[in-house]
Amino acid sequence: MAFLHLRDVRIAGIAAGVPRQVRNNIEASGLNFSSDYSPEEYVKSTGVLETHVSPTLCASDLCYHAAEKLIADLAWPKDEIQALVFVSQHPDYILPATSCLLQDRLGLSKECYATDCGLGCSGWVYGLSEICALMATGEIKKALLCVGDAKRRVAGWDNDPLFGWAGTVTALEYQQGAEGLMFHLGTDGSGYDAIFVPDGGARTPISPESFKYEDVDGRQYHRGMSRMKGMDVFSFGISTAPKSVKALAEHYGFNYLDSDYFVFHQANMKMNAVITKKLKLPEEKVPSCMYHYGNTSSASIPLTIVTQLQGQVQERKRFLCCGFGVGLSWGTVAFETENLVMPEVVLVDEL
Amino acid sequence: MELNEFVAHFAEQFEETDASEFTPATKYHELDEWSSLVGLSIIAMVDEEYGVALKGNDVKSSVTIEDLFNVVKERQ
Repeated sequence: MAFLHLRDVRIAGIAAGVPRQVRNNIEASGLNFSSDYSPEEYVKSTGVLETHVSPTLCASDLCYHAAEKLIADLAWPKDEIQALVFVSQHPDYILPATSCLLQDRLGLSKECYATDCGLGCSGWVYGLSEICALMATGEIKKALLCVGDAKRRVAGWDNDPLFGWAGTVTALEYQQGAEGLMFHLGTDGSGYDAIFVPDGGARTPISPESFKYEDVDGRQYHRGMSRMKGMDVFSFGISTAPKSVKALAEHYGFNYLDSDYFVFHQANMKMNAVITKKLKLPEEKVPSCMYHYGNTSSASIPLTIVTQLQGQVQERKRFLCCGFGVGLSWGTVAFETENLVMPEVVLVDEL
Repeated sequence: MELNEFVAHFAEQFEETDASEFTPATKYHELDEWSSLVGLSIIAMVDEEYGVALKGNDVKSSVTIEDLFNVVKERQ
């Protein structure tokens, strides 16, 4: 069990950007549905009516626009931002790291720590732990965590009705004496192929064979596309997320039911309903954004906070958030916010 | 763990198929209403009622409801 309590740091603000373009799962054509259910049944079961997608935007573009808005609202001088962590499975290029590009594009100082992290659904929680660990030294006073996915990499990938695109930015600042953030983090790499892109990495480089479509559980995929063992992931999520929440609360001696909000990775409605029920959470404390944004991978927790809790985060609030999925990897974090700066979701135009 | 109770819980995951159609020998993949989405409900039911985490292959490779019952029973 990996537990961390990282003190002397607070979340100052959260922002999110999504493509302006909305795609409705019932009206759109060419989506990759399985042959064994209709689009209407799919929407009813997954809880995803529509997603924001784009033919031109990368995850970093969405993060960039969210970051510009948040930095302006916080009135942070850019030269005081000393670290940037970019969490995504869809970097701009194979090389170099996208965090380097964002440092320059945002006009941050060259005295800036910048690194990429390749996690998915657990990525926001992991990214927070990385950046809070850096800041706990007291030597980095302001930092940005940029987290998101836009699944635009190979032809065919962008027709999945479940996944939406989003880029988020979480601004953290050093504050001596702040309670900080408490984490429980876990990994089970034996499930590496539960959510999997077979070709395109160094293990299995892209070849002409990679683009031949094959039937995977009634849906058509080529080997450059992400495929998911849906039932395995479902089973993993409903058992692991509640255990992780309980483990964190038990380790640090608090009652998890005392939290004001429980924000889970927006996997699908069915999975999140089971998790909510198993933890006996009141539904009004479990915000959700998947109906209008889909599963946005690592961005889903901060996107849910930004889109669902506007006007509710001025006072002191206690959050419990849990991300779980591809890896397999999971993380739960507990923290308090006060006077959280949180602009409305930024709608990003095509390039 | 009792077989008839398992069959009843299994039947509850279907909306359109009448409960009387379900027996231990029902080949559930052949039901009109069966889909991978119903499979998720079965996994959730087994988790809640029996505390067993099924894998996708357990649901796919079992043929009858009794086959799946036996998988769950072994894991308890």
